[in-house]
Amino acid sequence: MAPPTTPTLAPPDAPPPSTDLADAEPDTGRKRGLTGYLLLLPAAVWLALFFVVPFYSLAATSLYDPSGSDFRGYEMTYAFGNYVDAVQEYWTPLLRALAYGAAATLICLVLGYVLAYAIAFRAGRWKNLMLVLVIAPFFTSFLLRTLSWKLILADDGYVVDTLQFLHLLGDDGRLLATPVAVVAGLAYNFLPFMVLPLYASIDKIDPRLIEASSDLYAHPAVGFLKVTWPLSLPGVVSGTLLTFIPAAGDYINAQLLGSPNQRVIGSVIQSQFTDAGDYPSAAALSMVLMVLIVALVLVYVRRAGTEELL
Amino acid sequence: MSAARPAARGTRPPAGRWLREHLVLVLGLLVLLYTFVPIAVVVLMSFNEGTRNVYAFQSFTLDNWANVCEDQSMCDALWVSIRIGVLATLGATLLGTLAAFALVRHDFRGRSASNLLIFLPMAAPEIVLGSSLLALFVAAGFSGQLGFWTILIAHVMFCLSFVVVTVRSRLAGMDDSLEQAAMDLYATPAQTFWRVTLPLVFPGILGAALLSFSLSFDDFIVTNLNAGTELTFPMYVWGASQRGVPMQVNVIGTVMFVLSIAVVLVGELGSRRRSRALSR
Amino acid sequence: MSQVAEGAGPASAPGVVPGADPGGARGAAYDGLRLRSVTKRFATFTAVDDLDLDVPAGSFFALLGPSGCGKTTTLRMVAGLETPTSGSITLGEQDITWAKPYRRPVNTVFQSYALFPHLDIFENVAFGLRRRKRKDVKEKVAEMLDLVELGSQARKKPAQLSGGQQQRVALARALINEPEVLLLDEPLGALDLKLRRGMQIELKRIQTEVGLTFVHVTHDQEEAMTMADTVAVMNAGVIEQMGAPAELYENPRSTFVANFLGQSNLVAGTVLSRSADLTTVDMHGIQVSVPTARTHTDGDAGWVGIRPEKVLIGDEGAELDAPGNTIPGGVVTDVSFVGVSTQYLVRMPWGQELQVFAQNTGRQRLFTTGERVELSWRPEYAFLLDAAQDASAGAQRDGA
Repeated sequence: MAPPTTPTLAPPDAPPPSTDLADAEPDTGRKRGLTGYLLLLPAAVWLALFFVVPFYSLAATSLYDPSGSDFRGYEMTYAFGNYVDAVQEYWTPLLRALAYGAAATLICLVLGYVLAYAIAFRAGRWKNLMLVLVIAPFFTSFLLRTLSWKLILADDGYVVDTLQFLHLLGDDGRLLATPVAVVAGLAYNFLPFMVLPLYASIDKIDPRLIEASSDLYAHPAVGFLKVTWPLSLPGVVSGTLLTFIPAAGDYINAQLLGSPNQRVIGSVIQSQFTDAGDYPSAAALSMVLMVLIVALVLVYVRRAGTEELL
Repeated sequence: MSAARPAARGTRPPAGRWLREHLVLVLGLLVLLYTFVPIAVVVLMSFNEGTRNVYAFQSFTLDNWANVCEDQSMCDALWVSIRIGVLATLGATLLGTLAAFALVRHDFRGRSASNLLIFLPMAAPEIVLGSSLLALFVAAGFSGQLGFWTILIAHVMFCLSFVVVTVRSRLAGMDDSLEQAAMDLYATPAQTFWRVTLPLVFPGILGAALLSFSLSFDDFIVTNLNAGTELTFPMYVWGASQRGVPMQVNVIGTVMFVLSIAVVLVGELGSRRRSRALSR
Repeated sequence: MSQVAEGAGPASAPGVVPGADPGGARGAAYDGLRLRSVTKRFATFTAVDDLDLDVPAGSFFALLGPSGCGKTTTLRMVAGLETPTSGSITLGEQDITWAKPYRRPVNTVFQSYALFPHLDIFENVAFGLRRRKRKDVKEKVAEMLDLVELGSQARKKPAQLSGGQQQRVALARALINEPEVLLLDEPLGALDLKLRRGMQIELKRIQTEVGLTFVHVTHDQEEAMTMADTVAVMNAGVIEQMGAPAELYENPRSTFVANFLGQSNLVAGTVLSRSADLTTVDMHGIQVSVPTARTHTDGDAGWVGIRPEKVLIGDEGAELDAPGNTIPGGVVTDVSFVGVSTQYLVRMPWGQELQVFAQNTGRQRLFTTGERVELSWRPEYAFLLDAAQDASAGAQRDGA
């Protein structure tokens, strides 16, 4: 690609003929000029106004005088203490959310890898249909599906009954209102975010490479570890990110499937904003969550050696 | 030696071998099946007798289907969600498609910065997106005006990135020479756009629009923070879940599922017909 | 900005730029395609360098060269898909250098065909006519589809056709507009060898039938020579040599042409004397002569060139039917029997291996590896090239 230079309408060296045809320019590759800006402008303005500026607002709010309120107004006092207070008070929900997110991501990775691999290499002509089926359930309301899990995992439901019958669960044991239910719900809800990038990556692997590895005396398991897995790493990285980030911020699963005593950070932020009206502390928590996620993602991506993905 | 090994494997019983060969597929299908379990519950419950969502299936009835709007506030919330969904889809699809054209077809300063700007909203947790928007609205003195329009603004914002990404990949996969051929065959730039570019990119735009609608229709976390007193369908479900969800909610869930499956199957059949025709 | 539609002006009257005489070289009667000092520079390299080219109306013209030589860029500038950095392109009396692609009476058959996948065959072919609001679209398309023998496929989508059929649609779609110049960008590149031979003959037939100017870009020298009546060999942005295929082959003027079109033996030599019709060259102690008309260097040294099939091979001391240039002392190092001919590699006393193709007429026995032989050729077949040129320029190592 030609490096971007100042937009020109006519070739620089040529004296442009004095006609309306002067603005002829190469049609290959990317066009330069004002049109690009004009096309991008509405979306860029929208995102600037309602994504970038709000983020600045959030940062500012997190530093307001905590004694203010929406009613009386806030004062900017650069109250960094808000962060200390917020983290001190809510570090458990914060860590809990990250732990739930990580556990759910791991489960998604295992289930999603099997499914993506099956679609890419074993589905034959049913490939497209299976891909569609991966997405289809997720066009039904997120909340309704989570409520369904609440019914399925209910104390007198078949799942709990069966587990109790098998003595995998004590007689008064339950699934609902436990971390297990929350993680299961998260893993279920974010599965497609894992499957689709994994599929995109695995599908690109030439099956002959796997045949070649078995031809070179690699046991299928070794072949998987040495060939398939490394080649699918870009999908693994983007899939885990796409799953972990929303899962760590989600509070629907924790609230519907978990115990009210075990809140996650999303739920705390939400109630600080809407119920308590403590905007500075809610904003500080939001910032902390964002910063933690970004930090974790950066460390993870560096460890995975796939910086170019970002 | 290595040549003898496969022969030794060949002596396994056929059933075991079939399973071995298809193990991954079977496991994959089981995972797929698992994703449909909650849907099955929703569909089943939509035919269940009773007023509130209860676990046991009591008896078959069509009452829930016949009296969907028994709780008028549910249907009101549904209508709000549909209106917001349609408007957010229109807005995000329009802005996102234009931006995708800019990013694929045009070269300008700040292209990579723009790409980053598009990518970030998809990478941020919803709770952060929602709370920062709320922080802005409050700071701008709009905290009293939260409602339909603030929800719409938020939805267009988070749908936008998904539209850009979807349309961009369709556009990038398009053969440049098709447009050059149109120009070569006396089509002006406008004619080239309407007769060649747009029809070819259209499936991508349509897919982006469907995605936008479902993202908007389904959103709870961002919406809940910026809704004020407006009630969307997911907010209604959330509220009702505290006291027991009316059975009619499952009817809505079933209809949504059937509609999306229908859309998807029509698309799939279409592409199958095309590929069959191709192989003929 | 530049892409704003300027209304549906009559595209049949292509943009004419008055004035701007292209270097004063424009002949009043000339009605073909003419490029004058056309240069196209991209950010990092010069694709076409000060190119002059005349394509007479009604000719089948081939631009031949390896990939990256600038032939496709030249074609795209004629089509209007690129604009030259400098220079002018004229078509008869019209300067089309700056005309938009949709305003020039030039159509292209694209390398990948670029058939519109969402339109059926009929609409693909009708596309140009409809844009120019022509009447009797139906009859014309039907007629054109019959010409390319696809009348029964009119309502199929491009993806339903075979590669060869798609190629014919692409041709029909361009031809139906009766362009003054039809550009073909490696149109047969995607077809397999057998289909390609068939299409070569068909293209030639259609060109004769419709009598349009065809400019055909290809890297396949055999294709260029079979189809075109004029071939321009292009290399690194400039035309190396231009002429009828036989003329190019028999009398190449550069090592690139000698190697790129067929194969050549090039032997280093020093010029001993020049007369009105002969140049005498010392070739590693052996005197050979080359006709002056085939001497393409003024220097003291040069490459003596001879095509492998022009070299005769015989037993030492044998009387070969080639009075003039005889080189003794060769040893056969390799023999490939290919049916119609036998190809020998013969190591000469100075260490170089020369290629010899001998027709299997039955008049001569086959030689075997290690045999001592004598080579000979008629002086009128030899040519002398500039010693400064690279003897391996344009050689195709894979023998394709």
